[in-house]
Amino acid sequence: MGIADYFRERRKQQRGSASVAKERLQIIVSHERSQRDGPDYLPMLREELLQVVRRYVTVDPDAVKVEVDRQEDHEVLELNITLPEEAERVR
Amino acid sequence: MSRIIVVTSGKGGVGKTTTAASLAAGLAQSGYRTAVVDFDVGLRNLDLVMGCERRVVFDFVNVINEDARLNQALIKDKRLDNLALLPASQTRDKDALTAEGVERVIEELRAEFDYIVCDSPAGIERGANLAAYHADDAVVVTNPEVSSVRDSDRVLGLLASRTRRAEQGEPPVREHLLLSRYDPQRVKKGDMLSVEDVREILAVNLLGVIPESKAVLNASNAGVPVILEDDADAGQAYSDAVARYLGEQRPHRFLEVERKGLLGRMFGGQ
Repeated sequence: MGIADYFRERRKQQRGSASVAKERLQIIVSHERSQRDGPDYLPMLREELLQVVRRYVTVDPDAVKVEVDRQEDHEVLELNITLPEEAERVR
Repeated sequence: MSRIIVVTSGKGGVGKTTTAASLAAGLAQSGYRTAVVDFDVGLRNLDLVMGCERRVVFDFVNVINEDARLNQALIKDKRLDNLALLPASQTRDKDALTAEGVERVIEELRAEFDYIVCDSPAGIERGANLAAYHADDAVVVTNPEVSSVRDSDRVLGLLASRTRRAEQGEPPVREHLLLSRYDPQRVKKGDMLSVEDVREILAVNLLGVIPESKAVLNASNAGVPVILEDDADAGQAYSDAVARYLGEQRPHRFLEVERKGLLGRMFGGQ
């Protein structure tokens, strides 16, 4: 590692831990907010959907996304299931 | 029409009781009849911070159980004659506070006071819910630290859904952020979340910033709400916050590192 890199690294570390804290907080807070606003059954619904999908396809635990969107006077339940690349499929 | 203010935070030890005492004293100083109610059943402490622990005879639970009248339990402050404290009970029975009982006492307090400050216990359970339920305003006390900010966000969620205003579809509880234990030096070094950071994450109106200050411990040692210490930085910061609550425009102070003179820099150390 060159001297310039060394100082750059040092500078980064010196910028302090507050920026890391802020970043982590923004992520967790927005995640918790999105769950809070939805109905109580969302996490269960997500979990069961994941189980059903997994009977046929191997997917990551976070491959199933369930969200509720409010649009004026009605709500939209949005399901998003990301399937893996062809090579990773079981059958 | 009286207003009910809950001082809350979720996390413990961030300065709720200090804030409740100072906010109530500040409102009383401004001429309003103010009652401050300790909702922390089992862990009574507001009496100590306000310096009237030896004068507690009856408490909140006694009034709810009708063992005492409200006026017997209210302790009048010796420094400010329009300030009164309703102390928490030290019973270990968690269910000593009932929703109906709390409502009755709040209604009775409304008749006599302009402001009713509710000092919430930590957590998001029964006691905290009861303290927040009747609120018109909420002061969310937050430290510039990850767990405190996250807990504050959860509390903000509860205020928006579990209060009387939310349940009855009235205009929502007015939320105010009070950032305490703020250390500008550490913020400058990048080791502490800044006011702007916390504001951006929580997106709540900023009522005030209380600097980390020796005066807070000194005042609680002596049993004096720190707002009554006119010379102390934290006392002045609380006075500003109360003035802002009452609608005054005041710039935020104590956000920057104090500049030291040459001599201060040579001999002052930290």
